[in-house]
Amino acid sequence: MAADPLQAGSRTPVAGSVSSTGVGPQEAARRPGALSRFVESRNGLGLLFMLPAAVLLLLFLTYPLGLGVWLGFTDAKIGRAGQFVGLENFEFLLGDAVTRLALFNTLFYTIVASVLKFLLGLWLALLLNKHLPFKTFLRAVVLLPWIVPTALSAIAFWWIYDAQFSIISWVLLKLGLIDRYIDFLGDPWNARFSTIAANVWRGIPFVAISLLAGLQTISPSLYEAAAIDGATAWQRFWNVTLPLLTPIIAVVMTFSVLFTFTDFQLIYVLTRGGPLNATHLMATLSFQRAISGGAMGEGAAIAMAMVPFLLAAILFSYFGLQRRAWQQGGDR
Amino acid sequence: MSESNESVGMDFLETRSHRWVTAYLPMLLFLFVLLFPFYWMTITAFKPNAELLSREGNPFWVVAPTLDHFRKLLFDTAYPEWLLNTMLVAVIATVVSLFAAVFAAYSIERLRFRGARATGLAIFMAYLIPPSILFIPLAVVLQSFGLFNTRWALVFTYPTFLIPFCTWLLMGYFRTIPYELEECALIDGASRWQILVKIVLPLAVPGLISAGIFAFTLSWNEFIYALTFVSDSEIKTVPVAVVTELVEGDVYHWGPLMAGALLGSLPVALFYSFFVEYYVAGMTGAVKE
Repeated sequence: MAADPLQAGSRTPVAGSVSSTGVGPQEAARRPGALSRFVESRNGLGLLFMLPAAVLLLLFLTYPLGLGVWLGFTDAKIGRAGQFVGLENFEFLLGDAVTRLALFNTLFYTIVASVLKFLLGLWLALLLNKHLPFKTFLRAVVLLPWIVPTALSAIAFWWIYDAQFSIISWVLLKLGLIDRYIDFLGDPWNARFSTIAANVWRGIPFVAISLLAGLQTISPSLYEAAAIDGATAWQRFWNVTLPLLTPIIAVVMTFSVLFTFTDFQLIYVLTRGGPLNATHLMATLSFQRAISGGAMGEGAAIAMAMVPFLLAAILFSYFGLQRRAWQQGGDR
Repeated sequence: MSESNESVGMDFLETRSHRWVTAYLPMLLFLFVLLFPFYWMTITAFKPNAELLSREGNPFWVVAPTLDHFRKLLFDTAYPEWLLNTMLVAVIATVVSLFAAVFAAYSIERLRFRGARATGLAIFMAYLIPPSILFIPLAVVLQSFGLFNTRWALVFTYPTFLIPFCTWLLMGYFRTIPYELEECALIDGASRWQILVKIVLPLAVPGLISAGIFAFTLSWNEFIYALTFVSDSEIKTVPVAVVTELVEGDVYHWGPLMAGALLGSLPVALFYSFFVEYYVAGMTGAVKE
């Protein structure tokens, strides 16, 4: 924007702002010094205002990110800087059965949890969008799982999944559906699905409330028009709601996939990667190797191996979104 | 006829019994599943050990509620200190991030210095970088700054995810403030600083509150950094301390654990109940941009 009206070169009132080139004799006499001119200029002030954020982010985000990439190519251990070893870490990890299992677990965890979060979240959003009693209250309460510290709600799940005192087992036993307590976290597949259930529980509110915001922007007249044209409820959902909701779905699910793929705390609290590494995710494995095991280089390599997957998810959503906007004649 | 009827305007087409099946029952089911863990956490925290470990009776209720677990938690462990640590770290990190984010958002959105667009994009990308790929190199960085195993480690690292989030949120808010207001102030001879403090910030108060409560909640809930960068018991935060300090070997003290989880969740839950609207606005605002 070249003609931005806010481009004010000097602090001089009225005359200076209106015709910035007309420097009268009086004004010339009290022309500000180089420093204050710099601070008052758009670029100077912009730079100054960016400074606090830039310093913090460069020091604790950009620099560590670069350092992380570098560490992935070294054999650094805790307490000693490593030597450059090229692709050795990655070659080792490719041949490492636990790492490959962790990659499988992460993909499985992400895909199953994201699909469930999307379907259940969309359903909940549709329910919340109806005229229900205590509408505002319901919306507030539904978000609770997302607000409360995950580590702490994971502890509640740990107790719910307890091998000896699980409330789920108790109920199922009383109902006569099982004859002995389920070992939720002790069996590989049980553990995978139990952790996924906890993750879905935590993620539904975020998806639901975000999609609800999208739903509320859809004009009711569209549904009325569709109904008059004889569209069934399913057709109204499929041909009106879903297409109009796609952009926000893309954004919400990108975030959801990103957070699920890099999930750490739920697994750390519930299983620490066990049993038999069946629930180890890339993040928990990298923590185990780097912090507990001391192999910083190896841990950093595992963490960096997540980046291509994350980039793929972001690009997929970005281009999906673009195509959608273009189909709808949008110019975004 | 209809199955899911999203439109508010056409609900009258549904019969009451039909609404039970399509709306009320599923809603009740969702509510039950989403809230049960909290109920279970609460009821367990008040149950005496005998009731906790017996399979007889009705586990969904507590016959002889006790405050024993809370007493043990508050007097036999360092729980009050952990609460204080969490509060300190969350408040300082929030204030620092908000301060940095206000200026960053204003200069990107309104000063439009050269490279503002690119900076805005970079901030958004920073928001997408998850902590679990940063914690290893960050540990090295903190070590070299001599901050490892101090509360400052958390105060300085939390802004890495708070600033991008808050900046992005505030950029959206600043965008809604009409340019004309700033122009008028400029013509009246206000400096940039005066415009920011006297015009833009007062108008962006809802955005500031949204960003503030979000930053506070995110800091309070943060886990992986707090777990990695702090190892002394007395400077741990609540989420980490409950997980690492209250679990001793194979004997799980479920009562105190649940009491700890409950007390650690209450502050954010209370905070949340006061500012629900801002939470929803902040969340949807951040997603929509």
